Amino acid sequence: MKLAEVIERLGLEVLVPGDLGRRVRWGFCSDLLSDVLAHAQEGDLWITHQRHLNVVAVAKLKGVAGVVCVRGLHPSQEVLAKARKEGVTVLASAEDAFEVAGKLYGLLSP
Amino acid sequence: MAPATKALYKQVFPVKSDLESAGKVSTEVRRILRSLGVEPEVVRRAGIVCFEGEMNIALYTKGGRIILIVRDDRVELLFSDRGPGIADIDLVKQPGYSTAPDWARELGFGAGMGIPNMEANSDRFAMYSRVGVGTVIRATIFRRCHETCGGNRAPGT
Repeated sequence: MKLAEVIERLGLEVLVPGDLGRRVRWGFCSDLLSDVLAHAQEGDLWITHQRHLNVVAVAKLKGVAGVVCVRGLHPSQEVLAKARKEGVTVLASAEDAFEVAGKLYGLLSP
Repeated sequence: MAPATKALYKQVFPVKSDLESAGKVSTEVRRILRSLGVEPEVVRRAGIVCFEGEMNIALYTKGGRIILIVRDDRVELLFSDRGPGIADIDLVKQPGYSTAPDWARELGFGAGMGIPNMEANSDRFAMYSRVGVGTVIRATIFRRCHETCGGNRAPGT
């Protein structure tokens, strides 16, 4: 499913658009950066509570489809500027990680 | 093991003991590797190795440096720092072991996967440390056969 459609179906707020035409492979939930580096796959939508600068670096390194900041947490302008520069999609949801992941699973599971 | 081929590119990056600027070297290393036409899978692995190494220097040491060497057949990343050093290297290679302080864990560091991730994404990985002096890591990633490859690649690749 295309990222733009996932955003619409999940009602996500777009903080940094990046490439909305990308295909979302699957989801990945983690707040541990090394865990994401080790186990997330390219094209995954990364659901996290982390919102500092290194999130952008990790997202870029792994080529995730985007980062979803949950529970109403928003990254700083500095982080968003970095994401813009790197072309990393940053999304936000007022819902918690469980709800966002559950809905995404419902969308993507066969 | 065949001797390393001539270095096509070499650059030294200082790394400060400061999380704010951490991540910059790995971004730059990826950019350089891509511009040199290094294979995407090698760029991906080198990016992860570099990021984890950079974070370790920023989080745990008094600062250090990363040297990137690109050769015809491999990419090498050399990490060195000015201490405090690691007493038990086998222990830090164990997934889940971490000495990260609480503040770093809250930022998502300290999963105890940094060094295992570096090792997993390297074809050769060597680590030396002396307590009170510092730690040196050499991570080698072999480039997969490409057009200029004479079929004489390193073993295990």
